[in-house]
Amino acid sequence: MKRKLIVSSSPHLHKDESVIKIMWMVVVSLIPAGAVGVFVFGLYAFWIIILGIITAVFTEGLIEILTKRKVTILDGSAVLTGLLLAYNLPPRVPLWLPIVGSFFAIAIGKQVFGGLGQNIFNPALVGRIFLMASWPKYMTAFTKPFDTVTSATPLALLKEAKFIEQITYLDLFLGKRGGCIGEVCIFSLLLGALFLLLRGYISWHIPIPYILTVGLFAYIFGGKTLFSGDWLFHILSGGLILGAFFMATDYVTSPLTAKGQVIFGIGCGIITSVIRLWGGYPEGVSYAILMMNAVTPIIDRYTKTRIYGTRCAK
Amino acid sequence: MRKVIGEFLKGIIKENPTFVLALGLCPTLAVSVSIINGIGMGLAASFVLVGSNLIISLIKNFIPQRIRIPCFIVVIATFVTITELMMKAYSPALNRALGIYVPLIVVNCIVLGRAEAYASKQSVVNSFFDGLGMGIGFMLALILISAIREFLGKGELFGVNLIRGFEPAFFFSLPSGALLVIGLLLGFFNLFKAKS
Repeated sequence: MKRKLIVSSSPHLHKDESVIKIMWMVVVSLIPAGAVGVFVFGLYAFWIIILGIITAVFTEGLIEILTKRKVTILDGSAVLTGLLLAYNLPPRVPLWLPIVGSFFAIAIGKQVFGGLGQNIFNPALVGRIFLMASWPKYMTAFTKPFDTVTSATPLALLKEAKFIEQITYLDLFLGKRGGCIGEVCIFSLLLGALFLLLRGYISWHIPIPYILTVGLFAYIFGGKTLFSGDWLFHILSGGLILGAFFMATDYVTSPLTAKGQVIFGIGCGIITSVIRLWGGYPEGVSYAILMMNAVTPIIDRYTKTRIYGTRCAK
Repeated sequence: MRKVIGEFLKGIIKENPTFVLALGLCPTLAVSVSIINGIGMGLAASFVLVGSNLIISLIKNFIPQRIRIPCFIVVIATFVTITELMMKAYSPALNRALGIYVPLIVVNCIVLGRAEAYASKQSVVNSFFDGLGMGIGFMLALILISAIREFLGKGELFGVNLIRGFEPAFFFSLPSGALLVIGLLLGFFNLFKAKS
């Protein structure tokens, strides 16, 4: 008798997935958007991305060595944080900005809480708003596509109610506009998002309600009169697609249940729209996601599913 | 005599009001933007602490138990008024910089906390040195926090620009920067305590 019957506890069916694999898959799915960003804004953007990633990985390793914990620099999460942070930077920032931002994102946004799985807030966005609060003049200096001439983003132009250059929806969709490195090409972002959705790494429950809410708000309140807003413009501009598919869906900082995720997405959409339409900043995706990150534990508490075989909790 | 020195020293490290007792965080967050403000606030709070501890310890036997808190507040408010008028007369610039936080020393929980927990139970001499130690501990904590914030947030120390070309992170001049700095320092203090 060589083979013994081994009775183990559930789960019995294993899928060939792990945190490490998922993290690297998300990184891969983001490559097309970055490639277009580098194509549009020049090789300088490439160095921003590389420096962001290297600093994130280095910081993670350094802190884990100093605090005598397991070094997890190869699990892809630090790479993803650095990558997302760099994607959220304007294309002409000084090269020390991604370094400082990545350091802050990993050290304060993630390791202070105890590393992957413990952080309350999305680390990349923590890094971004730190940079935004510290050096606003660099973080709001955008350039024209294929050029080094400074220009505002479409949303900023809209906010200042200035003359909007003729930007077609196709330009917005393909990325021919001012903006952050990784957010401009909606097409390649959607390509990456589709890949993640089909593989089941992310679900539609956060991004779709998020985007629809922003569209709805823009349609109702975005125009000169009610129900006349340019909803497609609002969906295609800014960092909405990048934020909705790649940052709001972060496993650690978003709710667990489907119902909670829909609430999370709608909340993000409302906050984003309020900031865009009535707030002081032209764009509010990062603040919206961070605010909803903060209420994720409450959402989780009130959307707890009933355990099979037990009665409904009163 | 040794006990008195102990009462004095405990406020500086072992029972530091900011980092160990976590008291008086509101003025700490608000005024620790520059070292000068920190020293000013620390001196004002120290004066109030010493004065109120002294008086409350002297009159502790005459204060009815049930209305002791209002009595403490009256004593504290007297010293705060003295401080504020002195500050207005001799350093109006500092008074403007500290703003509402000078009168708010009345409700500073370090002052009330020491009155309630210490001065109303201890001898006059002990209370005097307790107040002095706590005040100096509070001031040192303020200086530490404000030095970090002033350097990172403005690139300056005592208003003097230190490194040319250093672009300060404005974040550290904001209240959120203060929360972060205090949180990290609290963490380091706890680490230090756990090790020793």
